[in-house]
Amino acid sequence: MKATVLIRPKEGILDPQGEAVVEALQHLGFAVSGARVGRLVDVQVDTDDPEEARVALGRMSQELLANPLIESFTIELGAEG
Amino acid sequence: MSEAPRIAVITFPGSNDDGDAMLALELLGAAAVAAWHADAALPEGTEGVVLPGGFSYGDYLRCGAIARFAPVMDAVGAFAAAGGPVLGICNGFQILCEAGLLPGVLRLNRQQQFLCADVTVTVESTASAFGSEWEPGQELVIPIKHGEGNWYGDAGLVAELEAGGQIAFRYTEDVNGALDRIAGVTNEAGNVLGLMPHPEHAVDALLGPTGGVAVLRGLIEAARSGVATAG
Repeated sequence: MKATVLIRPKEGILDPQGEAVVEALQHLGFAVSGARVGRLVDVQVDTDDPEEARVALGRMSQELLANPLIESFTIELGAEG
Repeated sequence: MSEAPRIAVITFPGSNDDGDAMLALELLGAAAVAAWHADAALPEGTEGVVLPGGFSYGDYLRCGAIARFAPVMDAVGAFAAAGGPVLGICNGFQILCEAGLLPGVLRLNRQQQFLCADVTVTVESTASAFGSEWEPGQELVIPIKHGEGNWYGDAGLVAELEAGGQIAFRYTEDVNGALDRIAGVTNEAGNVLGLMPHPEHAVDALLGPTGGVAVLRGLIEAARSGVATAG
């Protein structure tokens, strides 16, 4: 099944990329005061069992996709496919 | 005791300071041996290991995140667990952090820029296996060249490192946003050291500052003591 892992800089952790994006958006004339830049990983998990997929994705995120010291993650299970 | 300790310098796909590291080690009296990321073992008789700078695996995902899965890293982990001295420079430092052999993480520089400059670091602790050649408070001028050198650990971790003498080097002034100006740390046992500045680029007065000599001599002396031999 298809899944998406969203990885974000943890709250309170400096995000230089986000700050640069805010500055650039303000430069374009947009009224914004915050942006945080994360990462998105689409994963095709080889199982049809949502619970199994969720457990596996949690481990993937902890061990590789995110660095738990500075990043949080959320898992979204997609439609069958 | 060995005359010229054998120090393995590991090349990952994307390493680019491996050659300089070998030259610098040879210049300072070590026997540098090339090692390859895909090897399951370290070269025979390895007494010290360097993970050099570069952009292993294109810095995909996060710097160092993929390199820690290289076959040779199991051997590096075993060598470190046996007490062998391991030095990670720049990308090597990032790899050791991702591999869990060193505490903390290296984030994007505060300035969002790649920084390339000579910086001054202070020796904060000589407690590690590398410290025999250092004086507390000694200032070393060594170049940096990195985009992700902004060291971070939570407050509890920093206090723990401070108490354990694991903060090896601090920048004398804020360079990249690193928490507490931390430039280099060791593991708890003191036989794994990582730092962002490049000691291998600072060993010859003809080419600039020579602050790297003390750092690399620290590794060479640790290797000479022959705590662990691999391969």
